[in-house]
Amino acid sequence: MATTQNPPVRVAVVGAGPAGLFAAQALLAQSLMPVSVDIMDRLRSPYGLVRYGVAPDHPTIKSVVSALHEILLTPGARFIGGVDLGRTVTRGDLRASYDAVVYATGAPGDRKLGIPGEELPGSISATALVSWYNGHPDAPGIELTAESVAVIGAGNVALDIGRILTRPNTQLAATDIPTSVLSHLAAVPVREVHLIARRGPEHAKFSTRELRELGSIDGISAHVDPHDLMTPSDEAVDRRVRANLAVFRGWSEQPTFRSERQVRFHFYEKPVAVIGDDRVEAIRLERTAVDAAGRVTSSGQYRTVPVQLVVRAVGYRGTPVADLPFDPTAAVVPNAAGRVTGPAGGPLPGEYVAGWLKRGPTGVIGTNKVDARETVASLLDDWAAGRMRASAARPRLEEILGRRGVPVTGLDGWLAIDAAELRKGAAEGRVRSKITDWKSLNELAGALPGAAGN
Amino acid sequence: MTYVIAQPCVDVKDKSCIDQCPVDCIYEGGRALYINADECIECGACEPACPMDAVYYDADLPADLVGAAQSNRDFFALPLPGQTGPIGNPGGARRIGPVDADTELVRALPSQVAR
Repeated sequence: MATTQNPPVRVAVVGAGPAGLFAAQALLAQSLMPVSVDIMDRLRSPYGLVRYGVAPDHPTIKSVVSALHEILLTPGARFIGGVDLGRTVTRGDLRASYDAVVYATGAPGDRKLGIPGEELPGSISATALVSWYNGHPDAPGIELTAESVAVIGAGNVALDIGRILTRPNTQLAATDIPTSVLSHLAAVPVREVHLIARRGPEHAKFSTRELRELGSIDGISAHVDPHDLMTPSDEAVDRRVRANLAVFRGWSEQPTFRSERQVRFHFYEKPVAVIGDDRVEAIRLERTAVDAAGRVTSSGQYRTVPVQLVVRAVGYRGTPVADLPFDPTAAVVPNAAGRVTGPAGGPLPGEYVAGWLKRGPTGVIGTNKVDARETVASLLDDWAAGRMRASAARPRLEEILGRRGVPVTGLDGWLAIDAAELRKGAAEGRVRSKITDWKSLNELAGALPGAAGN
Repeated sequence: MTYVIAQPCVDVKDKSCIDQCPVDCIYEGGRALYINADECIECGACEPACPMDAVYYDADLPADLVGAAQSNRDFFALPLPGQTGPIGNPGGARRIGPVDADTELVRALPSQVAR
């Protein structure tokens, strides 16, 4: 058994979102294996989807940042911004510089609907819309000129989108939503959002808390057709579903106020085509049913709903990371308890995955803590069994990147961005005003101008 | 509004919820666990983790368990028996460790240990 006189095991954690940071926390909280952890991100900022995925009007959930920040301050931890695996750094670089690598880059892709018209202008992914209203520097420019919107999906991302698009401007003004997004929403207010789910209310993945929140917002009325609530019996379902059904039943009994902004839930309908000549003008839906085996069946009954924007929110999807093994069906890196599995089926010593890249895009922030702990337990086992050990003769990643002219930044760089955003926000009477362009982010973080990066 | 741990936790303390909590806001008392409302970020990870179904969003507490909301608040706001002052908001359960005391509501419950 090694002792603390041995050099620390140098671990790279790739991706500074919750999964990566919880992996770092688990590594730094144990005392068995001496360790130093470099937590890297392609951005200049940590926190991943907490910063760029959680809706701007959910400050309570965003406050997990203070717990995540503490992880970055732990002795032995280092944040390195500007490390883009597959672009500015290779898997080989990481393997050369570190004794172990934990990949936690998430699931940045999205699932497609696979229907005609999906590629029309005005048909976009939830990931694009969410990154836009969260001020991500890579977000596409979105021209939002829709009074009616169809959001396809039955999870909390669909709900976030429905709520952000219809929430009165005054209620969003003090959040960290970009001012450019606010003015867009003010110029052409969205009057109605249709949330389309192919299954019934009992199958939807909405959390009750967020459904109830939607119903409680001044200026939004939520609706559901009572006919869509006929099938589920309360006995057969779990507590969350029972509570959701109670919320839906309450809404179904409300009168319709045409003057208000509306979020309408449509269950047992699936999109079959996005319609329009040169941009989205409508969506065609087919009535469905769910058979005894739980499969969605078609009915041959169609209707067309006029909408000017279609947002597919049917799930994030993992994408291949550099030349790591990738399971295209599950869209994850194949692994056993977090150990990356090689083509021959055995583990690749020293390579691990955590978070959505490991298990797929499911769960809430806290789910990643348990997930990361499992991965770190595998890593510690491998170290204890001698399958992976510290080597002093490794090049520093900064040296490799320095030779290539890739400017990396540290925690100071992020803190400078953070301070600038808070100052700008305070001047505008908002909690934070996000800096959304690469050039300003790079400059604030201290990445040398003219060098590679973004 | 926040998540609270209700009576089914008493004398069980499975602690699966603690593994899930990203901000370490679930504190261990003598006979039950308690959520610190000021430290909870309402992510909801604890709720499905509990094998006893003891975790509720407070608005969802069934009628026979509504007292749990006040009990969870009391654990932090009131001085507990044998303690010098209220626990308050320590900023993480690991910082203070288990507390061998419970709220009035939990103390008044008969032992729920099976057998």
